[in-house]
Parts: sequence; structure tokens; C-alpha cells
Amino acid sequence: MEEKQDSVTRLDHYGEDDFEFELVDGKPKKRVEDLLLNMGPQHPSTHGVLRIVLEMEGEVIVKATPYLGYLHRGVEKLAENSTYTQIIPLTDRLDYTSSMTNNYAFVRAVEKLLQVEIPERAEYIRTIVAEMQRLAGHLFWLGTQALDIGAMTVFFYTFREREVLLDLFEMICGARLTMSYYRVGGVDRDLSQEVVDRLYEFLKTFPEKVDEYNTLLETNRIWIGRTRDIAVISAEDAVSYGLTGPALRGSGVNYDIRKAEPYGVYDRVEWEVPLGKNGDTYDRYWIRVEEMRQSAKIIKQCLDQLPEGLIAVDLPTITYPPRDKVETDMESLIHHFMIATEGFDVPEGEVYCGTEGPKGELGFYIVSQGANKPYRMRIRPPSFIHMGAFEHMALGYMIADIVTIFGTYDIVMGECDR
Amino acid sequence: MDLVIQVVVVIIQIAAVLGVVLTHVAYLTYAERKILSDMQDRLGPMEVGPHGLLQPLADGLKLFFKEDIIPAGANKIIFSAAPILVLVPALIGFAVVPFGRDSLQIGPIEITPYITDINIGVLYVLAFASIGAYGILLGGWASNSKYALLGGLRSAAQVISYELPLGLALVGPILLSESLSMKTMTEAQGGGIWNWFVVAQPIAFVVYMICAIAETNRLPFDMPEAESELVAGFFTEYSGMRFSFFFLAEYANMILVSCIAVVAFLGGWQAPLPALEFIPPIVWFLVKVYFLLFFYIWLRATVPRLRFDQLMAFGWKIMLPVALVNVLLTSIIKYLLN
Repeated sequence: MEEKQDSVTRLDHYGEDDFEFELVDGKPKKRVEDLLLNMGPQHPSTHGVLRIVLEMEGEVIVKATPYLGYLHRGVEKLAENSTYTQIIPLTDRLDYTSSMTNNYAFVRAVEKLLQVEIPERAEYIRTIVAEMQRLAGHLFWLGTQALDIGAMTVFFYTFREREVLLDLFEMICGARLTMSYYRVGGVDRDLSQEVVDRLYEFLKTFPEKVDEYNTLLETNRIWIGRTRDIAVISAEDAVSYGLTGPALRGSGVNYDIRKAEPYGVYDRVEWEVPLGKNGDTYDRYWIRVEEMRQSAKIIKQCLDQLPEGLIAVDLPTITYPPRDKVETDMESLIHHFMIATEGFDVPEGEVYCGTEGPKGELGFYIVSQGANKPYRMRIRPPSFIHMGAFEHMALGYMIADIVTIFGTYDIVMGECDR
Repeated sequence: MDLVIQVVVVIIQIAAVLGVVLTHVAYLTYAERKILSDMQDRLGPMEVGPHGLLQPLADGLKLFFKEDIIPAGANKIIFSAAPILVLVPALIGFAVVPFGRDSLQIGPIEITPYITDINIGVLYVLAFASIGAYGILLGGWASNSKYALLGGLRSAAQVISYELPLGLALVGPILLSESLSMKTMTEAQGGGIWNWFVVAQPIAFVVYMICAIAETNRLPFDMPEAESELVAGFFTEYSGMRFSFFFLAEYANMILVSCIAVVAFLGGWQAPLPALEFIPPIVWFLVKVYFLLFFYIWLRATVPRLRFDQLMAFGWKIMLPVALVNVLLTSIIKYLLN
């Protein structure tokens, strides 16, 4: 066919020599093909640059193949040439809806190698900020999932609350998107009294706001129709696909790293792990909403118990000297300079450390050869693992459910493609 | 001579109705953005003019000057014809809507508050409303894009499914007023709010409203253009003026179905109480239409989108039987009362 690509011309040639027909009873045999639909990487609701190739029978999906890597930035390779402190801001770019959780997961892995004891106050601050990150991540998720299903108002409501949190993050660490706050051995700076006050203020009204989202969704017939029995995954399948976080707990598996191997101060506050029954989208929605309430409870208790003390471990080999001394004292200046440029050595060994992020288990595997840079760093991002179960969860549902299924994992491509 | 004057008068009427309708369409988009943003805790358009009042004008200009793109492999003739095929039926329906009661008398010339009063007004509107579906279907097919094709197919299925109950819902008021003319239908509802057909035909009214939302592709039935999965549905590949034609048609359709609802169920230009008749009928008409339009926008801010199969099941399994039973009951009661 060397003619110009014009559909009118093409139509004229139909049945002549462009297609060969198999004859059945003297008539051309009907050819049946599934519709192949390419979704993404540029698509308004594939949550970033995810690309999915769908094979469809009418509107029903018979095959779904995700293609990943459009946002690959080589974080793991970059880490091999960066000191441990320099890696922290790299991890911000993983799950950018809650960047500090990634910091936390990374510094915990390094601390496990270093075997340092974190001061009490630092642990409390870390837990508070981690739960604020969970709130920010879940609010982002709820808004976008509702928007995907067509309820646009919820999106603006959740972003209204997220805005308050982002303002607080700005006060805590100076940034709103790629926030970097955790340091190996502690945190960057102390929580000011103003942050604490405003956080109390936020927590006072937050449960009502969650109720407000729920009035629009929880008992809405359309919302239930769009989420119940959609993307069902059984507990056995969820475990064997390696799902974690709300996606796993939605199927009724009671596994939360914060309870299973408590870190921070999670064992010192009272909270519950919400569990689903059916493993469908509605249960996962309910779990995330419930987790927001639990996070608010955790933050409240941590703020009440917040002790005085150091915000970073007093170990001159890995932490900076106090800021005011750096500006007046020459030894401190040199000390600061050395840690900032050369970093610190980490004892030889291998470590894997999983942290419960908003999306699931965010793990860091680090191989150290005793130098100031990791020999190898491997990230276990929940979004990537969850994509493995995508086809299993999508088969047999309709094209309109695809966006629901993207949403129900809470996929962030920054983390998925690394 | 008389004929010439008559023709001129009709042309003026058409121009006036078109002008009014298109202005309403433009400001309906503004109203929608403002009402939505108010419900969603934000400001909406604020930049162009005071409180963004000139925003529709700016949008129109922008669309007018945009590049007109016809995708490679598209069927040019159908691709160009589709937007017109959608917009014209949406506007043509306004010809039979009676906006007010009194005619304007200037010397020998009588200007009626409607362009024409044909004795099959309701059928005329329904017939043209169905033609709009062809535009959507053909536009989706001619774009040579799978997203547009799926959007067009969905639309065809949706419009056929919901046109049946929509038409059947209107049978109720037709039976009660014993006329297909919109003017007679309005006049049959005079004398107060208790005479409006919404009182005698509540089921038909609900069915009509739901089907009207589906007909105009609004949330929660905006399947053909479901932006989360189909990008923009049947007009994914359209840009510039052609896109704005689809856009205008959607909002003109919203106004049209509201006008029909007002005429058939809410008493048209009739005042709700005889004591309130000193307010001009056209004001009553507009107030009722604005109320219904507000309802549409309110709905958009509140509910999520249905899935395609749920929409079809709802249309065939619930809407159609309900509408049929309503027609049957109305006919029996009407027969017994006579």
C-alpha cells in the first residue's frame, strides 16, 4: 500500500487485495480481533507516566500489560556515587506525595548498619512527621481516586487539608514537595512550638473533615457500585503477589510493620490496624480512611508525650556540630565541613530494613564495604511490587475500572520507576 | 407585502432567540465554574473582568483563534460535519419553546413569545434531539482514534437507551394536556402550582430529569466523555472552533432539556400562585429554567460517575419499566375519570 494515508482511499480498497479472506461456504470468514488500546504514558489519569496496553473484548479487559520505566532516573545507581547524607534528598524523589517517609526508610536502614541509638525526642518527632506524611499521602490518594471515579469535589476538600499539612512541612523543613528532614541519627532541626500548636489545631478539626469526605462517598450508591467487588484479590493471592500496606490489609491479612516490628515510638502509643474483609476497592478505600483517623490519634498521643532532649544522636562521627558553634568555633567548622564533604564511614555489612509507608512496605537493602558510600543500594518500592498484581486484578473488569484499579494501589510512578 | 413582513418578523425572532440562547450558553459555563468552585472551596475564574465575568468571552476568543487540526487518517468530510450535526439540532429545538404568555403588538405586526407553535412540538424536539447522537457517533468514528471511537459508541448506546424512557416520560403530560403543542401544554397548567403536571406526574418528572441528564451527557452519566478513562471521549481529537461547537451543543442541550422540563412539568411561564401573576411570565419561565440548571451543576459537584454497564442496566431495567408503568397508569386513570 504505497498510497497516501487517507481513510477514504483505504475504504475504496477494502476487499480487493489488501486483505486475504479465508472462504467458508463461499463467503469470506469473519475476522474477530480484540481491540488493542494503548493507555498512557500521556493520559490524564494514569497517575504519572504509566503505560498500559489493554486488549479488550468490547469494553471488557482480556489482557493488560503494564510498561514501566518512563520515569526511571537511576536512583539506585546514583546512590553508589553519593555519600549517605547525599542519598537522603535522592530518596525524596521516590514517592513524592510523602517524601519524608522515604527519608525515614533510608535512614533507618543506615542506622541499622551503624547500630546507633536514637534519642527519645528525635524518635517522637520522627514518628509524628512520618504519620503526618501518611496523612498527606492518604489525602492525596483519596482525592485522586475520587476524581478518577468522577467525584471531583472530594479532591478539592482533601487538598484543602493537605495544604495545611504542607504549610506545616514548610515550617518544619523548608520545602513543600521534595521534603528532606530526616538525618542519619536523628532529624535536621527541632519542632518549633508554633508547629506543635498548629498541629494540635489541625488535629482538632481533622476527624470532622474525614467525616465530610465520607458523607460524599461512604454511603453513596454510585461510589459503592463503582468500588465494591472491583479488583478483588484474595488473601492468599495478595500474599503471594507480595502486596503490602492497605492493599494487603484490604484482603484481611493483619500485617503492618509498625505493629509487627515496631520502630519509632509506635509501641508506646495506642492505635489499631484497620482490616478489610473482601479485598475489594471499597475495603481498601475504607482502610485508608480509617488509617487517617488512626494516624491523627498517633500524632495526638505523640505530641502529648513529646519529651525534651536531643534531636539527633550525640555521635560526632555522623552528626553535624551545633549550628551556632559552626559559625564561631574553628574546630566545629572543620568538623562540619568534613562530614558534609566526606560523609561518614559505615561498617561493612548488608542490611534490609522495611518501613511502613503510606503505600506499603518501603524497603532499603544496602551493601556496605566500610566506605562512605554504599556499594549497592536496592529499593523495594511498594508501587512497583503492586504493579506485578495489576493484570491479575484487572482481568475481566471493564475499561472504566482500569482507572479505579490504578487508584486502589495508590501508585506513584516516581517510586515505581525509581 | 404581508408575507414579507411576516418573514422579516420571523427572522428577527430567530435571531433574538439564537442570541439569547447563545448568551445563556456562554454564561452557563461561567455559572457552572462559579457554582462548582463555591461548592469546592475555591474561587473559580477571577482574572478576566470583575469576578471573571468576561471569562466566557475570553474562552470564545481563544477557541476561535486556535489551530484547527484534522488528525491524519481522519475522514475529513464527516469529521467536519459532525460538530455541526451536534450543534444544529441542539439549537433548533428552541423554535417551539414558548418563553412567555403575551405577544408584542407593534401596529399590525404581532411578535409572539415563541418562534412557532406547531401542533407536534414535543415530537419535533425529540426527533431533533436524536439527530444529535449521530453527530457524536460520526465524530467519534471519523476521528480515527480508539478513544474517540469508544466514546462515540458509548454515546450511541446511551442515547438510544435513554431516549425511550425520556419520550415515555413526556407521554404523561401529553395525555393530561391532550396536546403535543408546547403552547397548549403550558396553558393547560394555569391557575396555580397544584395544576402543574409535576403534581399529577411526579414519577414521570423524576424519570424525565434522570434521562435528560443522561441525554446531555452530564455527570453522573457523562460516559461518552468520561475523562478519566477515555481522555475526552468522542471529541478527543477536536480542537478550536470544532471543539467549541461540541461544547456549545452540550450546554445548549442542557438549556433545552430544562426548557422542555419546565414546559411539560413545571407549568412553563405560569406563576406558582394566582396572586403572583403580576410578575411577568417570562421571569417565571427563566427562574424555573435557572433552577433546573443549578440542579444539574449541583449534581456534578456531588456524585461520582456510573460505569457504562451500570448505566445501561439502570436505563433498561429501571427507567424503562417505570416509565411504561407510568404511561399505563396515567392512561387508565384518565380513561376512568372521563
